[in-house]
Amino acid sequence: MTQGIDLQGSFVNALVDLGLPAGAAKALWLPLPMVVILIGATVSIFVTVWLERKISAAAQQRIGPEFAGPLGTLQAAADGIKLIFKEDITPAKADPILFTLGPAIVVIPVFLSYLIVPFGQNLVITDIGVGIFLWIALSSIAPIGLLMSGYSSNNKYSLLGGLRAAAQSISYEIPMALAVLAVVLMSNSLSTIDIVNQQSGYGILGWNIWRQPAGFLIFWIAALAECERLPFDLPEAEEELVAGYQTEYTGMKFGLFYVGSYVNLVLSALIVSILYLGGWESPISVSWLASLIGVSETTPWLQVITASLGIMMTLFKAYALVFIAVLLRWTMPRIRIDQLLDFGWKFLLPVSLVNLLLTAALKLAFPVAFGG
Amino acid sequence: MTLAEGVQLVAFGILVAMTLGGALGVVLLDNIVYSAFLLGGVFTSMSGLYILLNAGFVAAAQVLVYVGAVSVLILFGIMLVNKEQPFTPMKQAWVGKVATGGVCVGLFALLTASTLNTPWAISTEVPSGEMATVAIGIHFFTDYLLPFELASVLLLIALIGAIVLARREFIPDVAPGEAESEALQLPERPRELVSSVSSVSDTDS
Repeated sequence: MTQGIDLQGSFVNALVDLGLPAGAAKALWLPLPMVVILIGATVSIFVTVWLERKISAAAQQRIGPEFAGPLGTLQAAADGIKLIFKEDITPAKADPILFTLGPAIVVIPVFLSYLIVPFGQNLVITDIGVGIFLWIALSSIAPIGLLMSGYSSNNKYSLLGGLRAAAQSISYEIPMALAVLAVVLMSNSLSTIDIVNQQSGYGILGWNIWRQPAGFLIFWIAALAECERLPFDLPEAEEELVAGYQTEYTGMKFGLFYVGSYVNLVLSALIVSILYLGGWESPISVSWLASLIGVSETTPWLQVITASLGIMMTLFKAYALVFIAVLLRWTMPRIRIDQLLDFGWKFLLPVSLVNLLLTAALKLAFPVAFGG
Repeated sequence: MTLAEGVQLVAFGILVAMTLGGALGVVLLDNIVYSAFLLGGVFTSMSGLYILLNAGFVAAAQVLVYVGAVSVLILFGIMLVNKEQPFTPMKQAWVGKVATGGVCVGLFALLTASTLNTPWAISTEVPSGEMATVAIGIHFFTDYLLPFELASVLLLIALIGAIVLARREFIPDVAPGEAESEALQLPERPRELVSSVSSVSDTDS
């Protein structure tokens, strides 16, 4: 744990030098990374919404948003302001408490999951031992919020949408967890930092995608299903269910669903890049390049370059995946609910089980390549 | 008191209040949907207590299994069969409520007395914390292998039973020759047996 920059240590030391007690300095540090990550996650919504609009426009040979800011980059801000100023309507026969709680329960776990997303060796809110398992657990809370909002809207389309969302989420959680388990098996740890470190050292050749191609596909499909993106957006299938569980929502409560879905998309892309695409590692290992030109790894300027490159690499990989997700949404037809459940239970689940067993066997056979 | 201890104390107070309040709400509220949602809240606050006890893995497993699976399935069950019907008010319903209350208070008193009187062997070892995942795994595959495997067999039995019930091939809804009384029927449309449907379609083709 000596490589990389210790921002916390230097911040606390600077404050202690100014005359603050160590405990107060630590307490002042605590909220900083959380606020930075919260702002980062919120900004990522704007970027993703803009990407979604521009890419969908390109896929349909339109221009897309153009007048709100340069190249339409402020379109998402305009959307957000519109949502804030809209009247907040609760249907007369809806259940007001559950109707208000539902969107919050959908959004909070998504933001909480950013706890474990690392952008560098020390650039993570907490490096807890259960790491990726915490994310799986948190992502299983969202269906409760969806069921809650579906039920409390007192609308049959909402209820159907909520039930579909819960069914879909439960079905695709299992192949997803099994795919993660195969990765964990190779890195001998649930911690996201250890998972990235296990892929480091050989540049692009060391990434898990080469050792877990099936796992990568399973995880990506399941992640799309968990985010309710096309081709898996059955809970809000417009042609069948109006808008599913969000039919009765307006204003900022609808905005919370909107925020939740886009933050969840970015989060899933980040997790895929951490699990399979080497996280903050560059395609050509920076430490190898440094040793080639004879610079020590502890040189301050090199550490700064490595850290900023790491953040850029993580975001670049995540947004490349977001690009693929958006492209998929605008080029794929939606599948039926029975096809969705069949695909999840009868195809993805057996394939992910076989993938897990194969990984275990390969780990025993070739401990060098598969993390013995 | 350091910062960490203060945070732990406040968090403990909030979590206990949430657990107890939620649990009382589960039992006392009339609306079963509220009870089910509150049950999810109780499970979540219990996982918070596990985090305070340095058991991160157990806390995450609690959220995954109880909040993410059990609560969702309970809600699913309620929402698939729940049809709002006015209950006919029963005479002397308070007798049952008083009896239930008495039994619950007695149980609570009994458990409190036994908890307070038992000389607990409190371990002085340092909590394993981050290494707990490894320790749990080792226990599962050595000295606790049999209970672990038995639990999985139990789940398999439940799985197969659920499939048999859902397919309705072997157990017909109504026994032949006797009409079911209306009080025992579920408020949903009667369905034909899978076997009879398939035989009809066979003759059609």
